[in-house]
Amino acid sequence: MSSNPDFWSFVFGRLSWESFPLHEPILVVTFLAVALGGAAMLGALTYFRAWGYLWREWLTSVDHKRIGIMYIVLALIMLLRGFADALMMRAQQAIAFGGSEGYLPPHHYDQIFTAHGVIMIFFVAMPLVTGLMNFVVPLQIGARDVAFPFLNNFSFWMTVSGAVIVMMSLFVGEFAQTGWLAYPPLSGLEGSPGVGVDYYIWALQVAGIGTLLSGVNLIATIVKMRAPGMTMMKLPVFTWTALCTNVLIVASFPVLTAVLVLLSLDRYVGTNFFTNDLGGNPMMYVNLIWIWGHPEVYILILPAFGVFSEVTSTFCSKRLFGYTSMVYATVVITILSYLVWLHHFFTMGSGASVNSFFGITTMIISIPTGAKIFNWLFTMFRGRIRFEVPMMYTVGFMVTFVIGGMTGVMLAVPPADFQLHNSLFLIAHFHNVIIGGVVFGMFAGIAYWFPKAFGFKLDPFWGKMSFWFWLIGFWVAFMPIYVLGLMGVTRRLNHFDDPSLQIWFVVAAFGAVLIACGIASFLIQLVVSFMKREQLRDLTGDPWGGRTLEWSTSSPPPVYNFAFTPIIHDHDAWWDMKQRGYTRPLHGFRPIHMPKNTGTGIILAGLSIAFAFGMIWYMWWLAALSFVAMVVISIGHTFNYHRDFHIPSEVVDRTERTRTALMAGE
Amino acid sequence: MSRKILRILPLMALAAILSGCKMTILNPSGDIAAQQRDLIVYSTVLMLLIIVPVILLTLFFAWRYRASNTKAKYDPEWNHSTGLEVVIWSAPLAIIVALGALTWVSTHLLDPYRPLSRIDASTPLRDEVRPLEVDVVSLDWKWLFIYPEQGIATVNELAAPVDAPINFRLTSSTMMNSFSIPALAGMVYTMPGMVTKLHAVINEPGVYQGLSANYSGHGFSDMHFKFHGLSQTDFNAWVAEAKASGERLGRQEYLAMAQPSTREPVRRFGSVDPELYGAIVERCVEPGKMCMSEMARIDAQGGAGMAGTLNVVTKRVQHAAAGRPGEDARGAERRYVLSFCTIDQPYGATGSDAAPRPASPGTTE
Repeated sequence: MSSNPDFWSFVFGRLSWESFPLHEPILVVTFLAVALGGAAMLGALTYFRAWGYLWREWLTSVDHKRIGIMYIVLALIMLLRGFADALMMRAQQAIAFGGSEGYLPPHHYDQIFTAHGVIMIFFVAMPLVTGLMNFVVPLQIGARDVAFPFLNNFSFWMTVSGAVIVMMSLFVGEFAQTGWLAYPPLSGLEGSPGVGVDYYIWALQVAGIGTLLSGVNLIATIVKMRAPGMTMMKLPVFTWTALCTNVLIVASFPVLTAVLVLLSLDRYVGTNFFTNDLGGNPMMYVNLIWIWGHPEVYILILPAFGVFSEVTSTFCSKRLFGYTSMVYATVVITILSYLVWLHHFFTMGSGASVNSFFGITTMIISIPTGAKIFNWLFTMFRGRIRFEVPMMYTVGFMVTFVIGGMTGVMLAVPPADFQLHNSLFLIAHFHNVIIGGVVFGMFAGIAYWFPKAFGFKLDPFWGKMSFWFWLIGFWVAFMPIYVLGLMGVTRRLNHFDDPSLQIWFVVAAFGAVLIACGIASFLIQLVVSFMKREQLRDLTGDPWGGRTLEWSTSSPPPVYNFAFTPIIHDHDAWWDMKQRGYTRPLHGFRPIHMPKNTGTGIILAGLSIAFAFGMIWYMWWLAALSFVAMVVISIGHTFNYHRDFHIPSEVVDRTERTRTALMAGE
Repeated sequence: MSRKILRILPLMALAAILSGCKMTILNPSGDIAAQQRDLIVYSTVLMLLIIVPVILLTLFFAWRYRASNTKAKYDPEWNHSTGLEVVIWSAPLAIIVALGALTWVSTHLLDPYRPLSRIDASTPLRDEVRPLEVDVVSLDWKWLFIYPEQGIATVNELAAPVDAPINFRLTSSTMMNSFSIPALAGMVYTMPGMVTKLHAVINEPGVYQGLSANYSGHGFSDMHFKFHGLSQTDFNAWVAEAKASGERLGRQEYLAMAQPSTREPVRRFGSVDPELYGAIVERCVEPGKMCMSEMARIDAQGGAGMAGTLNVVTKRVQHAAAGRPGEDARGAERRYVLSFCTIDQPYGATGSDAAPRPASPGTTE
């Protein structure tokens, strides 16, 4: 039997010894490092007997705060991978000149730029955004958890599974070599017969389920679980942006799922949706993927805008200027983001009227965005600005983002886009808005809400180091990329002939190193802050003089968030409560109804990895088995009637009394 | 006059900063690219009207209202001003109205599908001038240029006379690419089975960089070519030289050329099968393969029914895009429709010498 090739190909599909990249020293060394690091971590967990704690308190947790934190941990880990890719690309482009092929052959280099895009968008930016929303939204609206706590846990683990699938491709097989949106025909079976595109498809499909469900969850939470008195126009601005983002997620991610299903059918079943022959048309894919892809951009940036709104009014100790117009601007952006997708391919041959329509709708988005910038500006006006790290990121954002916005509008003018499309100018533009907008926003958010999550502030010195490295690093890294774009250099090139370009790439590589220092400073900041946590301790629960409800609880908040559900009179609810001399209730507590932890989410997500692996490598038995197991476990989970419990009033009473004692400094 | 200043000022500023580097897009040699450059400049200037004050105000407010400056006015409840709100919505609106109008007009005027109406800013196109026709094919990973009127073809080299309008028709063999000569005009995608168009003119003699601006696989980085802007006499000499090469580009030569390869040297063909470009677009260069228009015609008449399914063959194609370096390219299965055979052509319309009918219907190797 062992010599029967049919048997082995049944068991292992197309997986063979050649699938392991043993001939690539970079990957072998990476694998060894990951394996050693992983073994050390597992060893430490075992040594400190932390497995039980980890499983009970974190992995199976349905607490939105813990899930939010885990999302951000996932994002930071994936940031290291995505940024390593960036450094490798910058190094390659800085040395591959004048006949030198650099150190990365196209087969490897093309995987790196694809993985960089996929990881940074799906597994860094998205988990950062979702993590912050998860942590903050229920606290801001005075809820005790999200609407569907188990679903939240499941969504998180599906996102992790997607990330794991991408990471597996590093050591088993290969990743897609198609660019981050995998346009056919290149991503079709003819252009990419290997497993790379299948890794891409299944990673996104698995993670996409998580994202979609988490979108449903947060919409339900915001719509149904607001504290009494919190009408929509009293919603904190971050929650408003979270609502709009999740509406965008729910409306656009199914399109991504559908288009990837069609691509999978082309690749697995032999349909011809996007092939060159038999009536297929790749232009449909390009349209569909951008109908998801453009709203995706706003999915990422809107919560960042929300963070900046919260940060600006808190650190200016002043009401947000133009709350109403801020809300309307957010809603307008949400709607318009569906009317602009074609600006990603003006050069695909649409007529002039179609191109101008999409160009002009794109420009119109800059009006509400501009209004938002002015609103932050006039919030600073006559404020008392404290330049803590979140506020520094905000000012850095305002100065950087407007440049990215300007180049974005330039790209929206179709005839200009015919020259700038796909050039490094475009690359510089979207890094300008994503780093200057999303990344700065998320770092501002992390610095802002960190004391709420862990009970101590982040060390400001290393935070400021990180900020300045990021800001200067961004400008040094991407201004040369703008210039190269104007010189007519296109994206995704592996090597260059023209030696006069080299200096710009060298400067850009130096900028990337500065950003690396920014990331390192951030990690150092985490360690230093942990060491100095007693000095940085926040006992009040309100370390910044906050304005929204999350600052009314302790830091970190108790499991149940609020002993009593607050009643809201103003969109700066906590500020309003402080103004009116609010005192914490100290007795009369009642048992609190809470959801129970469950392991189903992590088990289902683990099975989805097995399913994806089976599909990718054509191990049909594995795919079928794990799929059946997923269905059975999902159904089994519905028979679990022990999903909730009550926190006894004595426990609430004890918890609140401890806080009273701490606040009194005892 | 003021328009000229508007155009020159930012350029001078940029030139001062970036002296020494070749900003092709800001200093192009073709009229279309020059108008696109102007648009880039105008839109930048328009937006800087609002961007610069915003940046300056941000920095000024950040400094003025810093917490340590207790002399600055502090008004924690001030959060609304209708007048100010009107300004902050209408200022960007005004800019966008201006830019939107500019966009609408320029997008129509500079539509790559629109035949040229001028040679440069001061020379309108005379009616009797016949444009140069060039049929472009992007292959893995090289460019094929067919000059149907001259009856020549070139690989990885394009030439055109200065101040003569050029009509490009663009398609691709397998992958999506983008035909881009930044000095001449903006890019347009090339896609298999489809034709896109570009109209342009080069106004200064010279050698310009042409490239694919859409990633199309491992050989993409070397997928560039030289575009020669020549005087009419030089262009005629160039055509004559190509004609003298004696090489012929027919279907077989094309199929051999279509195999993936990188860094192809410049090649010139003295004669070209006049039906080749049409067959490339219709995806029926391979002998015995049904052309897309024929397929569409049959489908429009209700299709060939179940019998039609017997006409589909599966063929393994070798595609180097998939191969790792040093490893044999892995094949992929590709299905296509055979052309129908007739009494005159027992092996289908074009398949007289190759592709025998399959022994069993359905598949062949």
